Amino acid sequence: MKSGFRKQLISLAVVILYGFFLISCGESEKTADAPHKSAETIKLGVAGAHSGDLASYGVPSVRAAEIVVRDINAKGGILGRRVELLIEDDVCKPEIATNTATKLVTEDVDVVLGHICSGATKAALGIYKDSKIIIMSPSCTNPALTQSGDYPNFFRTIASDDVQARLEVDFAIDILKVKKIAVLHDKGDYGKGLAEFAKKYLKASDKAELVLYEGVTPGAVDYSAVVQKIKHSGAEAVIFGGYHPEASKIIGQMRKKGMETVFISDDGVKDNTFIKVAGEYAEGVYATGPLDTSNNPMAIAAIEAHKNTYGSEPGAFFLNAYSASLCLLNAIQKAGSTNYDAVSKALRTEYVDTPLGKISFDEHGDAIGVGFCMYQVHNGVYVEVK
Amino acid sequence: MEYFLELILGGLTRGSIYALIALGYTMVYGIIQLINFAHGEIYMIGAFTALIFTSVLTLLGFNEIAVIVLASLAAVIYSSAYGYTVEKIAYMPLRRASRLSPLISAIGMSIFLQNYVLLAQTSDFLPFPNLIPEFEFIKPYRHIISSPEIVILITTSTAMILLTFLIKFTRTGKAMRATAQDRNMAMLVGVNVNRVISITFVIGSALAALGGVLIASHVGQINFYIGFVAGIKAFTAAVLGGIGSIPGAVLGALVLGLTESFATGYVSSDYEDVFAFGLLVLILIFKPAGILGRVTARKV
Repeated sequence: MKSGFRKQLISLAVVILYGFFLISCGESEKTADAPHKSAETIKLGVAGAHSGDLASYGVPSVRAAEIVVRDINAKGGILGRRVELLIEDDVCKPEIATNTATKLVTEDVDVVLGHICSGATKAALGIYKDSKIIIMSPSCTNPALTQSGDYPNFFRTIASDDVQARLEVDFAIDILKVKKIAVLHDKGDYGKGLAEFAKKYLKASDKAELVLYEGVTPGAVDYSAVVQKIKHSGAEAVIFGGYHPEASKIIGQMRKKGMETVFISDDGVKDNTFIKVAGEYAEGVYATGPLDTSNNPMAIAAIEAHKNTYGSEPGAFFLNAYSASLCLLNAIQKAGSTNYDAVSKALRTEYVDTPLGKISFDEHGDAIGVGFCMYQVHNGVYVEVK
Repeated sequence: MEYFLELILGGLTRGSIYALIALGYTMVYGIIQLINFAHGEIYMIGAFTALIFTSVLTLLGFNEIAVIVLASLAAVIYSSAYGYTVEKIAYMPLRRASRLSPLISAIGMSIFLQNYVLLAQTSDFLPFPNLIPEFEFIKPYRHIISSPEIVILITTSTAMILLTFLIKFTRTGKAMRATAQDRNMAMLVGVNVNRVISITFVIGSALAALGGVLIASHVGQINFYIGFVAGIKAFTAAVLGGIGSIPGAVLGALVLGLTESFATGYVSSDYEDVFAFGLLVLILIFKPAGILGRVTARKV
């Protein structure tokens, strides 16, 4: 009886707390609505996880948008109109993201920066599509979002998961000109995901043959049986999806057996620990990694602006979000209006200077110029392969 | 045919390492019916000790052979000291407690040692120098078997022969066998049981350390977590062969190593563990005490 009463009390407290939040949110919305209708601003929505356990992925995007918009408004805005931010939280939950999207649409948003998580973005995309609103994510890497072709209104400033696999396969086939390739992975989400894509691309290509596809057990005592198998498959190159501990064990055992097989891997291996652990055997290993932005003056300036405004180093996807905000606003500028067709055409044709480099978008909505490039270990350091 | 041979040799190498660790499990179990879960950590500590000594000795300018011998010796001595201390701290006070208490104590010890190395050393993977030199005479055949693999096979066989000799023909061995058969009876006829138990831990730890040095040098990297997987596999091998039986542990380890090697070679390494543990289940169905384990009547 007593515990029943306590439960009721708790549920009452929850209802009151949530109810209170509903009221306060409703109110702030009203007050926020009033000024911008008269001023005819350009409304840039920012949606993503701004609270909850994934907030660290979403908050940097809000800050990036705030900095970009502040700078642009200081220069007189876009097309003579001020840019206004509409920030909405989706907590990275698909069921909440649909509400977030609906809310932004009813508020007459022009373009949206977001969302942050692939699942939430996918749930919200249909709503934006029906309302002809362009949305650009700084962080969703799920390949299907662009490649399915279902969402012509969706763009992103981050490379999708399959880009590395594509790069690895193309590099092996077109540049190294190998004919027989073995694909290995560490059975993890990341490694196996990449390996699956590599396998798909290899099967689709008639220039090279997939001779072996295997998952190795991470942490196994040794990999001699797998290494023998690679040798007997006749593979000229190994594409490995996974992280450096397994990669260094496999490469070491291959070289000790006198095998000269080319080793190509991903950014889980493009790490200095790999070179340190694999030592001399790391020499000549290829690995894909994100394009280097540390020398880009815009990136340096953006990070500096963040430090000055918020007093800390920027978090995840900050540069991607910064670039996305620039691309969206630039496209509106170039299109001369916020018209859906004109803006999406501008996004696909105009190149924009961003902290990630000069970028534009392909017909699927994936950024051209953002992505990965191939590195090779040369005298104990990773050097970009031109 | 060549492929088959390579898989056998690879399997035997892996099995030898399992055997070196499995012996520690099985000897301890034979004597005090305790599954010493901290045993995998002793193996890891052996590898770390060897790494530290190798770096120091190389800096001091010792030659290759001296480095291998001294580093291995240091690893063996240091790990034995650990094995001895662990037994004194974590198991001896619980000798008369129910069987579950030392088991929990063993798991606690395992977690403690892992985290101790994690904090005292590092959580990163460390490169382990290739201690075993490349032999000239093996070069033409190195696609079949590499020098480290030969060294592992020879060292393990030698260690097994010495162990068998120790247990079969020395007074200590006799005392160990007596304690394993009946601890109380051994005590009555004047065997210093506590000393025998300590010796068992020391020998088991020394073998595990040897395994640690050999495999770390073979694969070229270590971190604080390597003892876990190796320990689980060696424990499986000990159960497979019949826990408590010394030849059983070796047989079980070799069977496990070969099964994994063939599963990877002829089926897929995705199913390596499936085959290994599938075999374990199969053998335990038909021989519940393991391949060489004896079914002992329960004393009521």
